[in-house]
Amino acid sequence: MSSPTVREITYLEAVREAMVQEMRRDQEVFLMGEDVGTYGGAFGVSMGMLQEFGPERVIDTPISEAALTGMCVGAAMMGMRPILEIMFFDFVTLSMTQLIHHAAKNRYMFGGKVSVPMVVRAPSGSGTGAAAQHSSCLENWFVGTPGLKVVAPATQADAKGMLVTAVRDNNTVIFVEHKLLYRTKGPVSDGLYEVPFGKARVARPGKDLTILAYSIMVPRALEAAALLEKENIDVEVVDLRSLRPLDEDTIHASVAKTERVLIVHEAPTIGGFGGELAAVIASGPAFDRLDAPIQRLGGRECPIPYNRGMERAAVPQVEDIVRAARKLAREGK
Amino acid sequence: MPLSPAEVQQQYGIEADLRKQVIQSFSQEKCLWMLRSMYQTRFFEENAENLYMRGQVHGTMHLSIGMEGSPIGAMAAIEPDDLIIHHHRGHGHTIAKGADLVTMVAEFIGRDAGYCRGRGGSMHIHDIEHGNFGATGIVAAGLSVAAGIALSLKLHHDGRILLSFFGDGATNEGEWHETLNIASLWKLPVVFICDNNQYGMSMAAEKVMAVEHVAQRASAYCMPGVTVDGSDPIAVYLAVKEGVERARRGEGPSLIENLSYRWRGHSKSDRNLYRTGGEIDEWKKADPIPRFAIHLMEAGILDEESIDRVEKEALESIQKATEIALTLPEPDPARVEDEVYAP
Repeated sequence: MSSPTVREITYLEAVREAMVQEMRRDQEVFLMGEDVGTYGGAFGVSMGMLQEFGPERVIDTPISEAALTGMCVGAAMMGMRPILEIMFFDFVTLSMTQLIHHAAKNRYMFGGKVSVPMVVRAPSGSGTGAAAQHSSCLENWFVGTPGLKVVAPATQADAKGMLVTAVRDNNTVIFVEHKLLYRTKGPVSDGLYEVPFGKARVARPGKDLTILAYSIMVPRALEAAALLEKENIDVEVVDLRSLRPLDEDTIHASVAKTERVLIVHEAPTIGGFGGELAAVIASGPAFDRLDAPIQRLGGRECPIPYNRGMERAAVPQVEDIVRAARKLAREGK
Repeated sequence: MPLSPAEVQQQYGIEADLRKQVIQSFSQEKCLWMLRSMYQTRFFEENAENLYMRGQVHGTMHLSIGMEGSPIGAMAAIEPDDLIIHHHRGHGHTIAKGADLVTMVAEFIGRDAGYCRGRGGSMHIHDIEHGNFGATGIVAAGLSVAAGIALSLKLHHDGRILLSFFGDGATNEGEWHETLNIASLWKLPVVFICDNNQYGMSMAAEKVMAVEHVAQRASAYCMPGVTVDGSDPIAVYLAVKEGVERARRGEGPSLIENLSYRWRGHSKSDRNLYRTGGEIDEWKKADPIPRFAIHLMEAGILDEESIDRVEKEALESIQKATEIALTLPEPDPARVEDEVYAP
């Protein structure tokens, strides 16, 4: 075997590469979902996989999310490792019975006698003009469900490594992808590697304030940080990557260092994961070090609208992050 | 109006000769096991009620008293290593599939040695070791899990099949229909078995179903559908056996509707506001257990004395299991977060 090479590939290709390499390694891994076979997935993530693995491992299905999710639960309890593609994260509403009542609870309800090792891959987020029912960010529902793990990688390398980890994890993992990240490129090793859950990544070190972000908001926060650097505001960007389990240590360390924190996510602010992050900080060791109130910047309190301008306005953009971070950096000084 | 026992027997029963023939084809051991399982289910549930009254059972429960014919008739048609998944009224299925009675009672009274280590209770009893993937408290949610297990069996060319039990109420859920479509489409090795006790909680099946019989719904999914007298284990056996053979041949699922009746309320909160005492009494007179015992006697398999012995031993087995279970320790509340995640 030649040693691994790092190339520039897209986020979408990184997700596909993780699936392909895991399916080559482990016969028990299979992909199931609507149009994942011949069509290659609604976003093309599984393009070509049917040709390599055949219809018994890349399984095209009827439009029956509830049953498909339950079937993955059943197959997982038998020791298989299903990857279920939910075409749009929004459609996970149709899978909720199985995810909440079986995937998350079966191990516990059965006193530890079974496990449900499955991955639910779901493209989330707005920005494609798909309007209210094809643009949602619903990760907070699952973060509040013991028994599930929830990850939302922002980089191509993490998308691959965390999906490998997800497939090998003995629990159900909600793997949140982002439609706008699919075409972004970055360095990814062609070897097989795992990126552990519960470990945040400092995407950009800084000293003046911390931005906590995940998924699409990481590149936006980095862009904002680059702009703020010109104003002599030195922003630290922490990419949480894994929401449940959560790396509280890295959060506390960063906030203790910068003494200011802005939490950014695309989902609406009220009831969003940011509230939990704020509570973690407020009840943690870095609270005494805060020089300003914890700030949250989330999506607006509305469904995602269709009109381009309205759609942009509904979720944090780079300029919104710049504005919020600038205000926070100056507060109390 | 729900069908009376006489109507069910008339319309969906089997010929006495056929029943006798089938019983005589069974070993005496098998007949004893079937009768014992029915008695144990009855006594287990009466005992559970009693424990509930005495405050030993913490939560509610769904009793299948009067419905003992279906689980054992179905289990008589499969091999010991075949699999099952059942529903919230699944004590009979669990006993028929070979559960350990002490472990079962222990779960009812919330002990650490119970099947769910005290975390599941009546509604989540399973017995993985004996191929029983348990009960679910969400109506119809077990079907797709069953189909997933069957998919795994098919993909591994395993040879085993799975029985998926559910109630009449489940057939009005969307997921039920999704699953039957997929299972038929992919020819999964599963047999769908409806324990139709004619009421979904307070709602008579006829008030909530556009079709007269659950089995009619099979035609929409291109699979055989049959309604049988669910109080007669032999009638159930014959129908399930056909479904099992079809599944094993790789021809896909069948739908079997076992018509029966539950004597008790839906759960402990039920005040029977939706049916008459007369209706319940009529069904009590058609008790499936003595009825099966008489069939065994008529077939010359067991005499009255050995039947009495089976009944007595079944009662003793439940009493003994309860005595032992009551001595077992409760789980430590400090371990409440154990088993949420697999390592």
